[in-house]
Amino acid sequence: MTGQDAHPPLLDAKGVAKRFGAVIALSDASLRISKGEIVALMGANGAGKSTFVKILTGALKRDSGQVLLRGTNHKIGSPAEARRAGLVPVYQEPSLIPDLDVADNLRLGNTPVEPFRHWVNQLGIKDLRLDDMIGHLPLATLRILDLARSLAMKPDVLLLDEMTAALPTNLVENVLRVVREQANEGQSVVYISHRFSEIAEICDRASVLRDGATVGDLAISDGVEEKIVQLMLGAALGAGPTRDAAAATRPSGTPRLAVQGLGLGTKLADVSLKLYPGEVLGVVALEGQGQDELFEILAGMRRADKGTVAVNGTPMRFRHPADAIAAGMTFVPGNRADGLLMQRSVHENIALPLLARPRKWGPIRMRDEAAKVAIAIETLQIDTRAKGEVQRLSGGNQQKVTIGRWIAKGVETLLLFDPTRGIDVRTKRQIYLLVRELAAQGAAVLYYTSELAEVPAACDRTVVIFGGKVVDIIEAADADEPTLMRAAYGLPRQEAGAA
Amino acid sequence: MSRFISKNGWTLGLLGLFLLLLAATRVIQPDFGASGLESLTRATLPFAFATAAMAVVVIAGGIDLSVASMMAVAGVTAAVLMEGTSGGASVAVVVFVLVLGLVMGAINGALIVVTRVPDIVVTLAMLFVWEGVALLILNAPGGAASPWLRGLIVGSLGVYWLPKSFVLLVVCLAIIWVPLRRSKLGLSIYAIGSDELAAYRSGIAIGRTRIAAYAICGLFAAMGGLALTMSTGNGEPIPGPYLMASVAAVVLGGVVLGGGRGALLGPIIAVFILRLVRMDLTLLSIDPNVTTIVEGSIMVVVVMLGAVLASRGRRA
Repeated sequence: MTGQDAHPPLLDAKGVAKRFGAVIALSDASLRISKGEIVALMGANGAGKSTFVKILTGALKRDSGQVLLRGTNHKIGSPAEARRAGLVPVYQEPSLIPDLDVADNLRLGNTPVEPFRHWVNQLGIKDLRLDDMIGHLPLATLRILDLARSLAMKPDVLLLDEMTAALPTNLVENVLRVVREQANEGQSVVYISHRFSEIAEICDRASVLRDGATVGDLAISDGVEEKIVQLMLGAALGAGPTRDAAAATRPSGTPRLAVQGLGLGTKLADVSLKLYPGEVLGVVALEGQGQDELFEILAGMRRADKGTVAVNGTPMRFRHPADAIAAGMTFVPGNRADGLLMQRSVHENIALPLLARPRKWGPIRMRDEAAKVAIAIETLQIDTRAKGEVQRLSGGNQQKVTIGRWIAKGVETLLLFDPTRGIDVRTKRQIYLLVRELAAQGAAVLYYTSELAEVPAACDRTVVIFGGKVVDIIEAADADEPTLMRAAYGLPRQEAGAA
Repeated sequence: MSRFISKNGWTLGLLGLFLLLLAATRVIQPDFGASGLESLTRATLPFAFATAAMAVVVIAGGIDLSVASMMAVAGVTAAVLMEGTSGGASVAVVVFVLVLGLVMGAINGALIVVTRVPDIVVTLAMLFVWEGVALLILNAPGGAASPWLRGLIVGSLGVYWLPKSFVLLVVCLAIIWVPLRRSKLGLSIYAIGSDELAAYRSGIAIGRTRIAAYAICGLFAAMGGLALTMSTGNGEPIPGPYLMASVAAVVLGGVVLGGGRGALLGPIIAVFILRLVRMDLTLLSIDPNVTTIVEGSIMVVVVMLGAVLASRGRRA
């Protein structure tokens, strides 16, 4: 099946590098794939998978490195050129035009209709009409249509990015079956997924990225999961400050926040957790396992289908973010731009929660406000040289403002969604300290992070969410990176000493 | 059949509203007949072309504030070049003015794509630029239109109730729109208005499509300018009230500001509705200031009703 000796590989990317400003997204990524092979592309969050995929499919330009297609170096400057070169991706978000019907979408991409229909049937979508508007179809159907459209183009290399993420089980089975059958007939596939079971079922090899570089290329065999996890983690274990496990706060009394059996559509199946005052509860999950929805429900931005949320023992139904805020819930979104008034000053941004109370219509007490803001700025060590406009601060300082504003106000329950994304190490440490300090003052903190190394530094206990369910709760003493990583990938915990 | 109705519900509703208004006109003014219809369509002609121009760019997710100014440039160019010429030469003038429209529109589009300045800013700037150009060409109303052109839009065709100007409008729009709607360029115009990222990922050349949409807008604007010169017999360098009227008709016609949804037929019916309402209110000798208030209210109410009905339909 892997005839890479006789012929040059179909796709051979070597030494691909890409940087965004000061951030190095990829330093040395490579990928080799022969005819009829399915290669899994793996890596932890932030390892550079999506950047690599975008470069391969022409949505981003590489800084250096080469991409050989059938032995020749191709300049792929846009998705259209990638398609012409025989590289067809299926992205995580469907790339169909919502305001056109199915037939028009096919015409737009010069997709032949009969093969498309054939694949749609094979993949198990029965009652599709070509005059259905794309915008009226459910997400799972759209993903299948996107795949069928790509298969109908008969590409040399098919690139599937988290193809099964939003699909119900029966469709997942169809997708795996069809992809495997096609590979047996000579179709090459790059398969990106977090699900080990799928990779074991259909892939021939796995290529592993870590910190922007390809660190391994393994044939799929029994027990390869452990090797992949090792490769994704690398040798740099235990970097950063680790909290003394014995000092972890013991949960006691009434939980500040009790979540029971929360469910939402296909995203959240059953999430229960308890968060106590003075505690930092970590949330660990791979991308798209339902953590976004969990935080949005707790912040009053969405309503759950089932389950209950209780604050200090009282059941709550949030209809609006204002309800959640009134109940003492404070949400710091992952995207800083969502939480800040970018064109306004540091002062105004910090003062905003103080005065954003509809009942207070009177004039703002400036002296009082200025004092509180000054305290917050000092506690946070915000670099205020560019204080006139928050958008001119560095990412780390912006993040300090998003958290620091709640110090000025005083906080009961803090919901932090990936607060250290894309900021430097020094600022990260300041943020851990800040979070610990808030907890020491009696705040309850729910802390989602995409960086596992942070968990030992900042959290007391950690819940692991996989596929919309809480699959494990890990105490601080056991929360080392390998354990967290395995749990996040839905693998069972290892017996002590087995590693 | 029910699918056809649900897909074209808005347009059919507008058509019904237009017929109702025609009936109402007949009640208000019992001698409203063929000649009334003829003068209504002739007066609506420049508005209709301006609306078509605006509709194309709005479908592509943009807006063009310079439509009325481009019409003025096209109108005065035609009037100046036609003065003293006749027959064959004026056919060449018509062709030249249409090409000029395409070029003006393409310049608008290219500026938006190349400078990455928002479309509303670029076309606001171009509104002044084209206005200045029109005044440089002709600084006071003047020039002339060839008599045969005037003959194209005055009067009725064969059967007495079919105005020539209406036939001209239908022919001009159909020649461009019908092939475009089914072509890849037409679909691309809808695609970039509907979801630019998805369009890019589907392999559409976003920039080129946008420039093409603005060029077609310029072409329709040139037709509007020509229509104006044809019906008045001279060139008018000061832009008429076509900008806001065209945006109003586009919105009322079911094209979503923001792009991707709607077509040309709805806005064209809508522009007739708005002109007919104005005519009716004038016939009822209502204060012209009240007339504009009524027109504004109709827009809000109709668009709101449409949104309510659409969300009902989706839930059902």
